[in-house]
Amino acid sequence: MTFEKVKNILVEELGLDEDEVKLESNLKEDLEADSLDLAEVVINLEEEFDIEIPEEDYPKFVTVKDIVEFLEK
Amino acid sequence: MNKRVVITGMGAITPIGNGLINFWDGIKSGKCGVDEISHFDTEDFSVKLAAEVKDFDPKDYMEKKESKRMDRFCQFAMASSNMAIEDSQLDIENIDNDKFGVIIGSGVGGIDTIETQIKRLNSKGPGKVSPFFIPMIISNMASGLVAIKYKAKGINMSVVTACASGANAIGESFRKIQSGQCDLMLTGGAEASVTPATVAGFASMTALCSSTDKNRASIPFDKDRSGFVIGEGSGILLLEEYNHAINRGAKIYGEIVGYGATCDAYHITSPEPNGLGVKGSMEMAIKEADIENSEIDYINAHGTSTPYNDKFETLAIKNLFGNEAYNIPVSSTKSMTGHLIGGAGAIEAIVSIMALKDGFIPPTINYKNPDPECDLNYVPNEGINREINYVLSNSLGFGGHNTSLLFKKYQD
Repeated sequence: MTFEKVKNILVEELGLDEDEVKLESNLKEDLEADSLDLAEVVINLEEEFDIEIPEEDYPKFVTVKDIVEFLEK
Repeated sequence: MNKRVVITGMGAITPIGNGLINFWDGIKSGKCGVDEISHFDTEDFSVKLAAEVKDFDPKDYMEKKESKRMDRFCQFAMASSNMAIEDSQLDIENIDNDKFGVIIGSGVGGIDTIETQIKRLNSKGPGKVSPFFIPMIISNMASGLVAIKYKAKGINMSVVTACASGANAIGESFRKIQSGQCDLMLTGGAEASVTPATVAGFASMTALCSSTDKNRASIPFDKDRSGFVIGEGSGILLLEEYNHAINRGAKIYGEIVGYGATCDAYHITSPEPNGLGVKGSMEMAIKEADIENSEIDYINAHGTSTPYNDKFETLAIKNLFGNEAYNIPVSSTKSMTGHLIGGAGAIEAIVSIMALKDGFIPPTINYKNPDPECDLNYVPNEGINREINYVLSNSLGFGGHNTSLLFKKYQD
């Protein structure tokens, strides 16, 4: 469920096809997200999950799985 | 000795057609691009009409992700640039990138993004403003994006002179090639400001026409004119040093032979009432080309359809050309395209060059009631098939900017 929501945001914000986004996908290397993309993704996650993600947590998000696990904590 | 500058590629996204051929066909057939505003609900607005770009899907011209990171004005600039480069058949891998520059003008840059993000700022707070806000709104980003795509590592900037931006961008690019600084310049203008705040602002200064009749709204030089019709779109030209173009066997559309730029230094928005500023810019362009006034075959006027502009521009033409003014066809293609603000000078440069190339003087469409104060030959409603050699194109901007570009039919 969390993965689906995260996937939808990544598909929309990074202009990807759904099947490109997997749990193990590396955000920078596989999904070609740069620092601006990541900041945009974070804003969308915050809205979708109604949370605040502190800036110091951004570097923890290396793969899609990192995001999902952070959100499920 | 200044180098010769020719035009070897063109692209356009306009309210009367996307792509050079569709755009020029629209001009030749006298198509009117004015229609009801579709971008936002105009219920509370006094202005109901605009000349919007139709059938534009950014994905036809760029990757989805790329387009998401661009304001609409940049999407227009990128699409037009792609067309101009393709049209020129330039082999990007085999040029001196350091001598390839880009100057694309815009009046207000990413105003649509500004409006959207300010709403977010106010409703959701500063933490929810997009990281793309700044790169999407800055007017120079059109030039920056195009340079990334085409590895243009020479001079790169924007020109901001309101409604003269596109023309000044072309003029300044002309200088970069003339002086030898660059071999190639991708240049023009782009605007996408059919937005609530922009329309409200122009309407508040009573600059816009509030007619609901599509064919009686953008009516330059007509006695019933009452303001301009805001348009959107982009025109991009590839300028090239003459020998550079010849050596690669490029198709040459025309030549730029003069550029005049002055300022009224008079008022923030009203033109100087004797038209001295635009008289000066036309004079300067003609002098640079080293031709006689009588050699000008056609003037593509700024002709916005505001009471002041058309009256003072007419006066300026009469002051410069004297009785000869009555013999020069003067038309405003804004009667078809609406007023593209920072894109206007660029699409009108394209019109001027195609007029030379095709031997066709475009009309001022929807012209009905003559104004005694605007008594030149405005090529009413029907274009003229005629071989022509020199065309002047005027562009004027709030701030008092006057720009005249002089184009010559290409001959070896």
